[in-house]
Amino acid sequence: MDIKKLKLTEIKNLIEKREIKAEEVTEYYLKRAISLQEKTNAFITLNEENILEQAKNLDNLVEKGFKGKLTGVPIAIKDNICTKGIRTTCASKILSNFIPPYNATVIENLKNEGAIIFGKTNMDEFAMGSSNETSYFGPVKNPWDMERIPGGSSGGSAVAISAILAPASLGSDTGGSIRQPASLCGVVGMKPTYGRVSRYGLIAFGSSLDQIGPFARSIDDCALILEAISGYDPKDSTSIKIDTPEYLKNLNKDIKGLKIGVPKEYFIEGVEEDIVKSIEKSIEIYKKLGAEIQEISLPHTKYGIAVYYLIATAEASSNLARYDGVKYGVRAENVKDLKQMYIKTKKEGFGEEVKRRIMLGTFSLASGYYDAYYKKASKVRTLIKNDFMNAFEKVDVILCPTSPTTAFKIGEKSNDPIQMYLSDIFTINVNLAGIPAISVPCGFDKKGLPIGMQIIGNYFDEQKVLNTSFAYEDAVGGFKFSPYQED
Amino acid sequence: MAEINKDLVKYIAVLARLEFDEEELDNFTEKFKRILDYVEQLKELNVDDVLPTYHININYNAMREDEVKESLEVSEVLKNAPDKKESFFRVPRVVE
Repeated sequence: MDIKKLKLTEIKNLIEKREIKAEEVTEYYLKRAISLQEKTNAFITLNEENILEQAKNLDNLVEKGFKGKLTGVPIAIKDNICTKGIRTTCASKILSNFIPPYNATVIENLKNEGAIIFGKTNMDEFAMGSSNETSYFGPVKNPWDMERIPGGSSGGSAVAISAILAPASLGSDTGGSIRQPASLCGVVGMKPTYGRVSRYGLIAFGSSLDQIGPFARSIDDCALILEAISGYDPKDSTSIKIDTPEYLKNLNKDIKGLKIGVPKEYFIEGVEEDIVKSIEKSIEIYKKLGAEIQEISLPHTKYGIAVYYLIATAEASSNLARYDGVKYGVRAENVKDLKQMYIKTKKEGFGEEVKRRIMLGTFSLASGYYDAYYKKASKVRTLIKNDFMNAFEKVDVILCPTSPTTAFKIGEKSNDPIQMYLSDIFTINVNLAGIPAISVPCGFDKKGLPIGMQIIGNYFDEQKVLNTSFAYEDAVGGFKFSPYQED
Repeated sequence: MAEINKDLVKYIAVLARLEFDEEELDNFTEKFKRILDYVEQLKELNVDDVLPTYHININYNAMREDEVKESLEVSEVLKNAPDKKESFFRVPRVVE
């Protein structure tokens, strides 16, 4: 049996039928992940002993008749999601020794469904970045071209899929951190509606924007993981009391009459030609499938980056104040008093991008600047949200590119924050509005690098977003999600 | 709007409990300036009559009963502490 080729549902069924053991599947992926670690740098922590022990325990449970949504499936976890007893670093020096005494709710949910919590994936420090270059543990490489970035901030989780190091993974998305790396690595990545998935145990960056979501190789796998991690959580006051649909069972490729909006503001100068062509091709496919395509307008699109970098940094500056060397993390040594301990701990513990964002956020909240920056940005956020609400009165879903470029070279944009921030121009507004969106592979550019298209839905319309993606996946006969797929 | 110079950056650094070397400060002021120049585009919009969005789902308050529930053991909580004594986090002396 070629374990590499098995989808989530296949792994789960074979394990439940006892035709294969969770231990065999897990051992296979561990071996692969370890052998490719030097090349990809996808993982920060890969605790072999713990992972194999989980698999053995699961096999024992299966012997006793255990069945779950994800029985025996190894799932890699972004390293900003707390895992009890397993180091969780946020790819920062300041948390490089942190061992959480509790599990994030999504981890509990995955375990209850029988998943194996696989390694902890590399990311931009505190999820701040679009290229995975700000990690204290070094950059992650894109399997389609090892000289290029995989996108960020969930770069390791995207590479776990495209290098086939795990059958699925979790990431987090504050401004595009799931969808942009999914696009650049040629895999599926989804950000659910804000409040759909509990943020308890997700180390906070921008609390009004952050949301955990799945990376997968196919739409049905993505649907299944989303189903497993969703649901109200009393431990997260922003989680919403709403039933979780059976996303997998309800997948439906019949999209006749579906109204798809294409925003004219997303086809601007700076978007690579091959990407535009690829989206146009997808539109033709949707037309053939019976969808109605409409041009729409999201007039405040261009303000998204400015709004985001004032709001997300304001929230971050407040969230990251807790890293002061008192309760956890790495404390600076040889300090003369408490104040110096705070300052030295932060100075030595945070990287450049994180410091820049704390500074920008502190500035936008500071007395004298608050009205002109933070408050103004929060008002423009309302306009951006209203753009989407107006659009969803006319259309069911919105289709656009996920990223204006394909994967760029390591180092290419790392010295120019604005150029780097512009990578998120098409994903960021979705977070500001709190609506769900997915990135789906939709072809390759002339360099052979993957292109992703984004499908955006209204609040809690994940099923519609998944169905739209599913119809496309079926029409194109599945995705080429990895350069190693046919090996 | 705000004039970005080294003094302002130093002032913000004090508020943020951060510290920069002279060389870092130059590099930082320059990049900070570029970012703030970029966000100046928000000035084009008149939003006097627009309500701010601070949170997406603000329409309810998450209330719960005030019940005693199990929480982490003190020893668990202190496991990650850089310095501790008995059941306390220990920090450099604050009061002489």
